Amino acid sequence: MGVEIKVEHLTKSFGKQLIWGDVTLTIPAGEICVMLGPSGTGKSVFLKTLIGLIKPDEGNIWIEGLDIANCSEKDLYEVRKLFGVLFQDGAMFGSMTLYDNVAFPLREHTKKSESEVHNIVMEKMDLVGLVGAEDKLPGEISGGMRKRAGLARALVLDPEIVLFDEPDSGLDPVRTAFLNQLIVDLNAQIDATFLIVTHDINTARTVPDNIGLLYHKHLAMFGPREMLLSSEEPVVRQFLNAQRVGPIGMSEEKDADELEAEKDQELPPLPPIPLQIEPTNGKPRRSQREPGAWCRENGVTPPPGSFQDATAAAAV
Amino acid sequence: MSSITSARVLRPVGTAGKLFAFALDVGRGLFRRPFQWREFLQQSWFIASVTIIPTALVAIPFGAVIALQVGGLIQQFGAQSFTGSAAVLAVVREAGPIATSLLIAGAGGSAIAADLGARKIREELDAMMVLGIDPIQRLVVPRVLACMFVAVFLNGLVSVVGVLGGYVFNVVLQDGTPGSYLASFTALAQLPDVWQGLAKALVFGLIAAIVASYKGMNAGGGPKGVGDAVNESVVITFILLFVANFVMSAIYFQLVPPKTG
Repeated sequence: MGVEIKVEHLTKSFGKQLIWGDVTLTIPAGEICVMLGPSGTGKSVFLKTLIGLIKPDEGNIWIEGLDIANCSEKDLYEVRKLFGVLFQDGAMFGSMTLYDNVAFPLREHTKKSESEVHNIVMEKMDLVGLVGAEDKLPGEISGGMRKRAGLARALVLDPEIVLFDEPDSGLDPVRTAFLNQLIVDLNAQIDATFLIVTHDINTARTVPDNIGLLYHKHLAMFGPREMLLSSEEPVVRQFLNAQRVGPIGMSEEKDADELEAEKDQELPPLPPIPLQIEPTNGKPRRSQREPGAWCRENGVTPPPGSFQDATAAAAV
Repeated sequence: MSSITSARVLRPVGTAGKLFAFALDVGRGLFRRPFQWREFLQQSWFIASVTIIPTALVAIPFGAVIALQVGGLIQQFGAQSFTGSAAVLAVVREAGPIATSLLIAGAGGSAIAADLGARKIREELDAMMVLGIDPIQRLVVPRVLACMFVAVFLNGLVSVVGVLGGYVFNVVLQDGTPGSYLASFTALAQLPDVWQGLAKALVFGLIAAIVASYKGMNAGGGPKGVGDAVNESVVITFILLFVANFVMSAIYFQLVPPKTG
């Protein structure tokens, strides 16, 4: 059914360097969220904090009444069984075949017989399209396949929360599109809470229900997809539309001179908000909302051309 | 400024503390079930396979050098018949544990640090923790036990090969008599010498495996980090092993009085 993650005033620094401070947000149960941010803003650190691999300096993370940030090691290992995590490079165990990798959590945590394990593993391998590659070692396959295998392993214990660490890094656009479709289909199928950490704009624009943006050591904005895509807030606007004009510079942020110089530059109009990817079987997901619903409810006029099919938009 | 200096001075203390805490975690992991027999056997085999031949090759010149040094000196005293006992004493008490420690740290420890370090930077260890499995219990404990297990046998190997090397050198090159070499074996050496050699080997295996695991699991910053971790683990292990060897020898002499001929 999915589990809600409530993050309150989370702060983390390494030595004297603050990574992010006072991050407060609620990731709603069963929905897909994307956490965006320029390179080096601690997106991966945020993700690792959520699973308790890194202890925050301050703040709480509530999952099913347990505070992950301040609980015992034993409780942590228990609550982690709710999670499935896809790491950047898949993090497959190099000494095991793909089959053994995917079967590993089942063999460790359940008393299932080998034939039951086989059925579950083959089902998940089928889901990510890796049937036929079970006997390969992680070193023998491509990065994309490793990622999909990592996804199969993350899903094998039927997690309530699935975290994706840059699922699209190092993948070509076609594979990224397939993976995004897979994420949406999975969410429709298992209803778990999904959090994707990425800096791929296309993923962020079309996949999630909610978007968060980490910038300059704090959470700049978190909310429904249409809210951020129609936002005029300079940082959000610049990042989600991949523009050079705005407060984000090549290194961290621009200085006053640079901002002064581009003060009079006219910002390009907001591009149309694309349609959200729908599950392939056509049945809407539980958390899916009507296109444009948020804009209507909040009296925001979406940019012209929004919520049209790619083919329809081309015809206009 | 002063705070920076003090932080820098105190950093090794912090590292030592973390290493010790890690060792305690490993100690706790020892008693957690299920014990990873498969991993233990695989690691034992692996460590043995990378250390046996180099150890034997190191042990031969060790025994020969002792025979050479002692043989020359002892001849001047006119006590050639004691060459054998001196060689046994030196090899079993000191050369055995030292050669074992060199190989365990240099070959076994570096392999452990490299393996765990590579797993760390590929996020395998994180993945394991997320899957609800403690890498210390799963990976480190079997490696530590395997290292101790193999170290004990290596120590025996060094003793045998070293004494044989000394024998060949003494008899063939220094014109010693085989009979007196063998007969004097027990003149100075005694059974507790063997036990203390084995005890040292156990402790050396423990220290080498814990330092290597700690360094490997805390590797950071990509492939270079793994190289650094391996390098540091070997250097730190060498230092610790030589200190431990000295301390254990000193304690041994207090506990067991030397045998007088």
